Amino acid sequence: MILLIQYTLIYASVLILVALGGCYSEHSGVINLGLEGTMVMGALGGALMMKYNPTAPAAMMILLVILGAAVVGVLYSLLLAVAAINLKADQTLVGTALNMLGTAAATVIVKAINTAEDPNNVSSTIQYISQKKAFIVKLGKFEFNWFMLITAVLLVCAWVLLYRTRFGLRLMACGEHPQAADSVGISVYKMRYAGVMISGFLGGLGGIVYITAGVSEWKFENGVAGFGFLALAVMIFGQWKPTRIALSALLFGLFRALSNVYSGFALLVALHLPSTLYNMLPYIISLVVLAFTSSKSRAPKAEGIPYDKGQR
Amino acid sequence: MNKEKKSLLANDAVQTLLASLLCIVVGLVIGYLVLLVINPSGAGAAITAIMKNFMTYPTQAVANQYFGSTLVKAAPLLMCSLSVLFAYKVGLFNIGASGQYTVGAGASLYLALAFHMPWYVCLPAAMICGGCLGAVAGALKAYLNVNEVIACIMLNWISLYSVNMLLNKVKESSTTYTIALSGSYKSALLPSLGLGALFSNNKYVTIAIPLAILLAVGVWVLLDKTRFGYELRATGLNKNAAKYAGMMEKRNTIITMFISGCLSGLGAAFYYLSGIEQWSCAQTSVPGMGFNGIAAAFLGGLNPVGSIFASYFIQHITSGGSYVDKTMYCSQISDLISAIIIYLCAFVLFFKICMNNSLRKRAEKKGGKAS
Repeated sequence: MILLIQYTLIYASVLILVALGGCYSEHSGVINLGLEGTMVMGALGGALMMKYNPTAPAAMMILLVILGAAVVGVLYSLLLAVAAINLKADQTLVGTALNMLGTAAATVIVKAINTAEDPNNVSSTIQYISQKKAFIVKLGKFEFNWFMLITAVLLVCAWVLLYRTRFGLRLMACGEHPQAADSVGISVYKMRYAGVMISGFLGGLGGIVYITAGVSEWKFENGVAGFGFLALAVMIFGQWKPTRIALSALLFGLFRALSNVYSGFALLVALHLPSTLYNMLPYIISLVVLAFTSSKSRAPKAEGIPYDKGQR
Repeated sequence: MNKEKKSLLANDAVQTLLASLLCIVVGLVIGYLVLLVINPSGAGAAITAIMKNFMTYPTQAVANQYFGSTLVKAAPLLMCSLSVLFAYKVGLFNIGASGQYTVGAGASLYLALAFHMPWYVCLPAAMICGGCLGAVAGALKAYLNVNEVIACIMLNWISLYSVNMLLNKVKESSTTYTIALSGSYKSALLPSLGLGALFSNNKYVTIAIPLAILLAVGVWVLLDKTRFGYELRATGLNKNAAKYAGMMEKRNTIITMFISGCLSGLGAAFYYLSGIEQWSCAQTSVPGMGFNGIAAAFLGGLNPVGSIFASYFIQHITSGGSYVDKTMYCSQISDLISAIIIYLCAFVLFFKICMNNSLRKRAEKKGGKAS
C-alpha cells in the first residue's frame, strides 16, 4: 500500500509539472504538443549531469540535476517559440516535429557518448544508480522524493503567479484575446515567449523526475512513452486550472502506479488480468475522461492561432 | 490579371518544390554538422553512405536488389503519408497513423498465422481494422470535441499493447518474433507477379509497390476531382460554412478518419505480408512508420504525387542510415535528419510568404519605373 502511494505521488508529480508546463504555454496562446520531446531532452540534460558529477553531495546533486534539466528544457522549447511565434508556423506540426526530434537527438547524443567511451557499447542507456540516492529520503518504508516537495512548491507558485500577479493575468490575456492585450500595451510576443519558456522549464524538469521515478537507468531510444501526452490530457481534464490539474494528476498517477505495483495486491492478482492491461490502463482512462470532459472545454480562446498584429 | 506575366517563381507548385528541396538540403547539412561534432574523421563518409544507400554496393545486381528492398519499405511509408495527408486536407492532424498501422499489422498477421487466411482476406481485414481505429478518433472528435491529436496518441499506445498481446499467441517459441510467413503460410504472402525479377530476384518485391502508387493517384483523384472530395476539403477549410451549405460535417469528419485509417492499415499489410520483416511482440514503442509518414506528407508539399517522391526519399535516407560506420555513429542519425526536415517543413508557409513579398516588391518597383 505504501508502495502504491509512493508511486502515485511520484507519477503525479511528473504529470503536475508537465501539465503545468502545458498550462502556461496554452494560457499564453501557444499549443505545446512538443512537451513529450521537451521531457526527453530535459531528462537527457539531467541524466548527463548525474553521469558527469557522480560524487557531488546530495544537495549539490539535486541543484545540478534541476539546472541541467531546466536549461536544456528551456533551450529546446525555444525551437517551438521561434517557429510558432515569429514564423507563424503550424503549431501541431512543430510540436510533432519536436517530439520526433527529441527522441532522435537524445538517442544520437547518448549513443555517441557511449560509443566514444567504449566502441563496443552501442546502447542508448545511461545509468545513475548511486546518483539517484541523492533525491530520496527514507521515512520508514516510504521513500520520500525531494521532487515531490519541489512539485508542490511549483504548484503553489503557479496558482499565485497565474491568478495573483500582473504577469500571470497579462499572460492569460494574451491567450484569450491577444489583440485586446496588445491594445493596452502588453507585448504579446514577449508574453508568448515567456509562456513557452516556462513550459520548457517545467517539461524538462518533469522529464528528469519521470526517468528517475521507478528505475535507475534509462534507455533513451524509448523516449518517455507518451507521458507528455498524458500530461496534456491531465491539463484538459484539469480545465487549464492549477488546482484541478493537481487533482486529476493524482488520479492519473494512481492508474500509472498500479501497473508498477499491482502484483502486491492479492485482490488484483486474483483477477488474473494480463499485465499488459495495466500498462494500457492510463491511456484508456485518459481517453474515457477526455470523452466526457472535452465537450465543455475551457480552453484559452486564442490558443493555436499565430498572433498577427494587423488582424482585427 | 494576366496569367502569362506571372513569373515562374510565383507558381505555387514551383514554390512548394523549392521549399521542399531547401528543407532537404538544410536537413542534410545539419545532419552533417552533427556527424562532424560526434567524430570529425568519418563524417564525410557517413553522410555519403546515408545518401548513397543501396548504391554503396559495387555490383549492379546487388545494388538493384537492395533498391528493391528500399522500395518495399517505401510502399508502406507512402501509405502512411497518404493517410496523414488525407486527414490534413480535411483539417485533421492524424498522428494516429502509427496506431492504425499497428492495428493493420496485427489484423493481417493474426488472420494469416492463426487461421491460414490467404492474402486477399488479410489485406482488406487490415484495411478495415485500421479504418475502424481511425473512425473511433474521428467520432470522438466529431461528437465529443476530443482533440484528435491526443486521442490518436492514446489510441496508438492502446493498440500497440493490444496487438502485442494478440500476436503473442502466434509467435515463434524461441524468439519474440511472429512466425515467418515464408514457411507454411505462403498463401498469405502478397503475389509478386514477376516484379521481383526486375530487382535481381528480390522475393520481397510484390504488387504492394504499384498498388501504393495507384492509391496515391486515387487519393489525388478523390480529393481534387470528385464532389465528395470537394465536400471534405470544404469541411476542412471552414466547418461552420460547410455545415451552413448543407454538408454533414460530423459525418465527414468520421469518414475522413476512417479512410485515413484504412490507408495506414493497408500500409502495414503491404509491409508485413511481403514477408520482409516479422512483428516483434516485445516492442515497447509504437512503430515509427506513421511518424515518418507525417514527414513524407509535409515534405511532399501535401500533394499525393509529391508524397510518392518524398516517401521514397525519407525511406532512402532511413535505409541509408544502416550503412554508416557503426564504430563511430549510430543509424538513428537518419531519424534525426528526417525529424529536422519535418521541423523545417513547418516554415514552408513562411518561406512562401517571404517569396511572394519579395516578388511583389520587385513587381512594384518595375511598375513604379514604368509609370
